[in-house]
Amino acid sequence: MEFKTVLTVCPYCGCGCNFYLEVLDGKVIGTIPCKTSPVNEGKLCIKGWNVHEFIQDPDRLTMPLIRENGSFREAGWDEALDLVASKLKKIKEQHGPDSIGLFASAKITNEENYVIQKFARAVIGTNNVDHCARL
Amino acid sequence: MTNSVDEFELSDCIFITGSNTTSSHPIVATRILRAKKKGAKIIVADPRRVHIADLADLYVSHRLGTDVALLNGIMYVILDKGWENRAFIEERTEGFEEFEKVIKDYPPEKVAEITGVAEKDIETIAHWYATAERGSIAYCMGITQHTTGVDNVKTLANLAMLTGHIGREGTGVNPLRGQNNVQGACDMGGLPNVYPGYQPVTQFQIKEKFESAWGAQLSDKVGLTIPEMTSGLLEGSMKAVYIVGENPLLSDPDASHVEEALKRAELVVVQDIFMTPTAELAHVILPAACFAEKDGTVTNTERRVMRTRKALDPPGEAKTDWEIIADLSNRMGYPMDYSSAEEIMREIASLTPSYGGITYERLEGEGLQWPCPTKDHPGTRFLHKDRFVRGKGLFHAIEFKPPAESTDDEFPLWLTTGRLYFHFHTGTMTRKSGALTGEIDEQYVELNPEDASQLGISTGDEILLTSRRGQIRAKALVTDRMKKGEVFASFHFVESNANILTNPAFDPIVKIPEYKVCAVRVEKAAS
Repeated sequence: MEFKTVLTVCPYCGCGCNFYLEVLDGKVIGTIPCKTSPVNEGKLCIKGWNVHEFIQDPDRLTMPLIRENGSFREAGWDEALDLVASKLKKIKEQHGPDSIGLFASAKITNEENYVIQKFARAVIGTNNVDHCARL
Repeated sequence: MTNSVDEFELSDCIFITGSNTTSSHPIVATRILRAKKKGAKIIVADPRRVHIADLADLYVSHRLGTDVALLNGIMYVILDKGWENRAFIEERTEGFEEFEKVIKDYPPEKVAEITGVAEKDIETIAHWYATAERGSIAYCMGITQHTTGVDNVKTLANLAMLTGHIGREGTGVNPLRGQNNVQGACDMGGLPNVYPGYQPVTQFQIKEKFESAWGAQLSDKVGLTIPEMTSGLLEGSMKAVYIVGENPLLSDPDASHVEEALKRAELVVVQDIFMTPTAELAHVILPAACFAEKDGTVTNTERRVMRTRKALDPPGEAKTDWEIIADLSNRMGYPMDYSSAEEIMREIASLTPSYGGITYERLEGEGLQWPCPTKDHPGTRFLHKDRFVRGKGLFHAIEFKPPAESTDDEFPLWLTTGRLYFHFHTGTMTRKSGALTGEIDEQYVELNPEDASQLGISTGDEILLTSRRGQIRAKALVTDRMKKGEVFASFHFVESNANILTNPAFDPIVKIPEYKVCAVRVEKAAS
């Protein structure tokens, strides 16, 4: 039996409460608020207390999917990413970089947002990058 | 936020407006309630009698979309009674004369007429906030999601400067950010007009700096916001969108319009953790790791950069968002060979002055609040201490403007939208939780008892809610939290999506849609 607790930050609102995820044999089984966090001082709201419930939901996406004839089929990473890369290149050549837009996200990390906007700007060549701060 | 969350406890007057604090930011609400226990006056101004209004020392319910009028009225009283902070205005601000001229036009009797708030309440708010030792303002999307969103925020800034309630502990103008890394997504340049650290894409030296760091030619043309990308897809000038961790079909106004736009695109790529309604429309879906499956950092509402840590492996073939994008970039001929999130943070710190002193090592423990420009900088608890970023604080002379849409015989009621305590945003995460769906798992439209009785509607009845853009079916909840003429719906439930109804008219400067006010009709559904 392997049990660990991992300190991380709640994925919901902007408070940024710290908690430990309890992991037993690779399964997340609970949430413990962090008492030493200056933000939440050992408190959580009902959403935070139950955050472990969605993480390993059976509906999680586990494979790249490609639409074919109106429905999705599973694909490997190579096929999916080569398809996206070739389509993006073609659209960029035909219609210019500003015909492509990227949605960054308020729910992913700083590092990931940085990489997305760098991809939009340096690889595609457009400043069409935004996220749902307003929404 | 200009100040930190724990500083609310040091305030002796907290003015909350457009924030359903106990539902949407419960942990912030805890601090506010502690302040109250220590004797602080709590004022709530909100068209909907949100829960924290019940705990306030004074609650006023202004009409939807009349925020500038209310705030200007409060400032009229402050000036009229001589409660303004003259020393602060003289030393630290400019533009006061122009501003004062506009404020003279908002005497309480006129403001009471526009907002529906009693004159004596306007005077009490002015008195409590202006004469407090440390006055703090907390606001949220009830202030910003208007065609006058920028006006509303600038007017709050006027109020704080007029009274000198900024640049000190326990004061400030404090927007409560609604998503765990919305602050960070902005800080990292996930915006069409700025690079990381709010460095403008239009400035030559900045563009040169990033061109040399990234080894690529960059555009100096400001890009499109999400609503503009949607319009671009509809017009045909935009051909492809790559959507990471967003669900615009539920979160954007006028959802049918968004759906049509995505259907017209040549390429829609969605990278997400669940099959969202937006993903259903994609050509390619890429499975992403969720927050518990990756290392990284997020930045909370008080600018605190904090570590997130990997607890589990992602399911199946899912990968972290940065790994997917880096892989795609390599396939497009631009090498991105990061070996860890920490390596990306080193690059961020080298190009982003406000994150310059941030390293993973330093983030152990409590994290760091930006600006943190150097490795020995302790971080910044509150902003604008001795000077504003631009030097002097600028008063803006702002007139009240009504909402974009009006009611009429066909659409006689006002709709406003928001979140419930038990759910988050478009519900893709919280609706997977039995504990939360057990509390509530369907749309209840809140309406005032008087409106309900006129329409023959009781709590639990099936109703139809219709705007100029569409119609949804939901249950009714008759409650005096709503005043006559105004109804409320949340945007958590795809099967009864309030954003089919909302108005995509947006603020001319920041392009934020007017989610908080649109005209609707309510009727009992045929059973």
